[in-house]
Amino acid sequence: MTAKISITVTVNGTAQAADVEPRLLLADFLRENLDLTGTHVGCEHGICGACTVLMNGDSVRSCLTFAVQADGAEVETVESLGSIDELGPLQQAFREKHALQCGFCTPGMLMTATDMLRKYPLETDDDIRDGLSGNICRCTGYQNIVAAVRSAADKRDGK
Amino acid sequence: MSPPDDIDLTRPQFIGAKVMRREDPRLLAGEGNYVADIKRHGMLHIAFRRSDHAHALITNVDVSAAQAMEGVVAVYTGADITRLANPYQATSRMKNYQATFIPPLAVDKVRYVGEAVVAVVAISRYVAEDALALVELEYESLAVLVDPEEALKPDAPKLHDDLESNILAAREFARGEVAEAFADAAATAGGRFHFTRTTPVTIEARASVAEYDKGTRTLTLHCTTQIPGIVRDKLSEIFDLPGPRIRVIAPDVGGGFGGKTSLYSEEIVACAIARDLGKPVKWVSDRMEDLMTTGNAFDEIVDAEIAVAEDGRILGVKADVIGDVGAYSIYPWTATIEPVQVVSFLPGPYRIANYAARVRAVATNKTLTGAYRGVGRPISVFVMDRLLDMAARKIGMDPAEIRRRNLVNDDEFPYKAASGLVWDKSAFQACLREAADGIGYDELRREQAAARADGRWVGIGVACYAELTGVGSRIAVAPGMPINTGTETCNVAIDSTGAVTASFGLASQGQGMETTLAQVVAEELGVKVEDVDIVLGDTASVSHGTGTYASRGAVFGGGAGILAAKAVHEKIVRVAGHLLEAAVEDIETGNGDVRVKGTDKSMTIRDLARALYSDMGRVPKDMRDEIDNLEATKVYDPFFGTTTSASHMCLIEVDPETYKVEIKRYIVVEDCGRVINPLIADGQAHGGVAQGIGVALMEEVIHDKTGQVLTASLVDYVVPSAVEIPSIDVVHVEAELPGTVGGFRGLGEGGTIGAPACIANAISDALSPLGIEIMEIPATPERLFRLVEAAKAD
Ligand code: FES
Ligand code: FES
Repeated sequence: MTAKISITVTVNGTAQAADVEPRLLLADFLRENLDLTGTHVGCEHGICGACTVLMNGDSVRSCLTFAVQADGAEVETVESLGSIDELGPLQQAFREKHALQCGFCTPGMLMTATDMLRKYPLETDDDIRDGLSGNICRCTGYQNIVAAVRSAADKRDGK
Repeated sequence: MSPPDDIDLTRPQFIGAKVMRREDPRLLAGEGNYVADIKRHGMLHIAFRRSDHAHALITNVDVSAAQAMEGVVAVYTGADITRLANPYQATSRMKNYQATFIPPLAVDKVRYVGEAVVAVVAISRYVAEDALALVELEYESLAVLVDPEEALKPDAPKLHDDLESNILAAREFARGEVAEAFADAAATAGGRFHFTRTTPVTIEARASVAEYDKGTRTLTLHCTTQIPGIVRDKLSEIFDLPGPRIRVIAPDVGGGFGGKTSLYSEEIVACAIARDLGKPVKWVSDRMEDLMTTGNAFDEIVDAEIAVAEDGRILGVKADVIGDVGAYSIYPWTATIEPVQVVSFLPGPYRIANYAARVRAVATNKTLTGAYRGVGRPISVFVMDRLLDMAARKIGMDPAEIRRRNLVNDDEFPYKAASGLVWDKSAFQACLREAADGIGYDELRREQAAARADGRWVGIGVACYAELTGVGSRIAVAPGMPINTGTETCNVAIDSTGAVTASFGLASQGQGMETTLAQVVAEELGVKVEDVDIVLGDTASVSHGTGTYASRGAVFGGGAGILAAKAVHEKIVRVAGHLLEAAVEDIETGNGDVRVKGTDKSMTIRDLARALYSDMGRVPKDMRDEIDNLEATKVYDPFFGTTTSASHMCLIEVDPETYKVEIKRYIVVEDCGRVINPLIADGQAHGGVAQGIGVALMEEVIHDKTGQVLTASLVDYVVPSAVEIPSIDVVHVEAELPGTVGGFRGLGEGGTIGAPACIANAISDALSPLGIEIMEIPATPERLFRLVEAAKAD
């Protein structure tokens, strides 16, 4: 086994220090070391988007990112968006629009959409579809996910 | 949704309402409990070394180096598992069927790439995977069979030495005089259709956590299964343990679509190791393993022909189906489930007097095929509805019109289809009519004509289908299967705290059954939806149940839930009659209360439970002896099941530069009986169609000549993303309700059944000026390019 490296990652506002193997994936660091199992792993090769988290404000695949690369970074996961008893606005929109079925893709969808909502105007539904095209959902046919992000974007814009 | 405080008990209160899902808050907050999320003290991790040969003898297995690696706890080979687990196979009473044993870890021989050979157990998954590289395996290659037409030849090398041939199942269907029908035809059409192999791709890959409690000799398996009851029952035989000492739990499961309806080797191996080591063990599939090992779908070659009269009437249909079922006959469904279903459903919702069909299920050196959303029927509909369009073109008839003339009419039900299946009344004609109205069919035809005049490849697709859902004990889901898929159990119990729990043998993989079943039980019991707890996916909860598959959840769960809730309701009413001093006919329940009709006399069901269970003296002993408790277990058997039908229509355009197919409009009009929750029903149609679009346009598992899987990543096996799937209009036809308890029909698979045919018809329509008929899907840009090039060369 390789020598471990000390890292400190700020996850959802809390600084987390750990000694990790350099090969440890950020996804595994979150799920195994920190017990933040909201971040899902669907392919481990960067296609499905289930593992999407925000690192320093940008969405990244936590299955293609090593934990050591997150040293010193701010990471946001689905757990930061709200709680069971108090869902955040995007989560609430997903619920109202029935934008999830099995829920496995959902954390990644929520984090990608959070990134999109912060950065882009999302004027058309095609913009939303383009933005979500790196996240696979096998259950919903995307229609209600698009509707949920649209609803959140409208709220954001005071519509 | 909660009902208003001033009670309006007009029923239905909850069935048919857009109740928001109770599953959602936990799943949205990242607090779901999927198998991969489970951790146990001292848990070990399993990784599998898999075969990289499609067909070979295993000449040497040396695990010593792996065993010696730091962090490795144990290594198991096929011989070890043979010692720990009894052999099993998927038997069937069907004639001309040959079962295969499925070794959980290969013994002596491997039969497909990806077959598990050695299991390494280590302190972490990282270490277990490291150790895989140290396992030394030697093979002696055997002739590889990837082409089912080669494999079925009498002199082909056999995959299983103990069998007579590679033909695992064969069956023939015949009705009427097919030869005469073809002789009398105004036109015939047909050819060779090919529906390639696909794979389910649930976003959650398969996983298992097995634990063995040495003190109580109890095995607990958490796994990503749709069929906890079937898995439990088989594990009981495999491990010689009585049912109560095996508990199979399917917690939150990230999609199923049929891929999780089979018993898998990894589940058996995990249990064997947990029991052997007395330690909790976990296995989580990576995507490559998933793409190589999860039950594949479809993969049939169909030679088919249709004969029609001048007025478009179908005179006869014949079909010869070769199903490539892979290396083993999958448990429990057997190798028959997919290909036999193709021929039994091929006549579809149409009036066909003369039908002859043959099917052969052939073993090859590929991953096993199993159930995938639609099972067989996507191909039946693809072939049948392609045949209709091809015939319509020959006689110059509109595709919608030829269907109208052949769909079974309302006054002809129950209708015995040419393969022997019986359709109960379902809105075949109304679905077609409303789909045409909904999409504006006539207007689209005019637009198409204009586009065509401009040289654009615009096409309109139509497809109609019927499926049997909620299939009861009269017919097995797969022919001759020795397990009972025709009943389902529900227990409804109000305990001494006054809380309501409804427990089922079903399991949910995203269908929202915690919500819909609570709606059904609450409706019947007269309590609030949020006050009914739903238990699913746990074999400890009911004595028999098989799970969720074959569009059966709403029919079976709804039916059993209603029966059990009714029985408890009767008990409530009797106790209330005593406590409120009223006749039982005057008692009504609603919103968790019992009331004497037309008076203000009432009490809560909670108080009633306390009176019965705890406050001795409030209910007399003889009544308590009679009532026992506020609990009932009921088993529902819909016997025949019921027919769900739909029409799909779409508008597509093929890009002449890229050959990409753009779906511009899509409508589904379905008769799924009484809708429990429109949000969820529409979502099922959206997701089903999206998977059907994947099948029609992009998804394909490809093996090379040596049996290697060329599509072992999601880069190579492409599933649709948000930019390929259009918005889909879904309309539910409110026709006569079926005779199932509750009036529900199944709706989970329909979208995937209709979409491939609908899209293939639309593409054929778009390219009809070139005389192109889509005979093979997925219609990838490359295939379309080749078809167009060939047509131009002619
Ligand atoms: S798990 Fe990271 S992209 Fe699929
Ligand atoms: S909700 Fe199941 S994969 Fe998206």
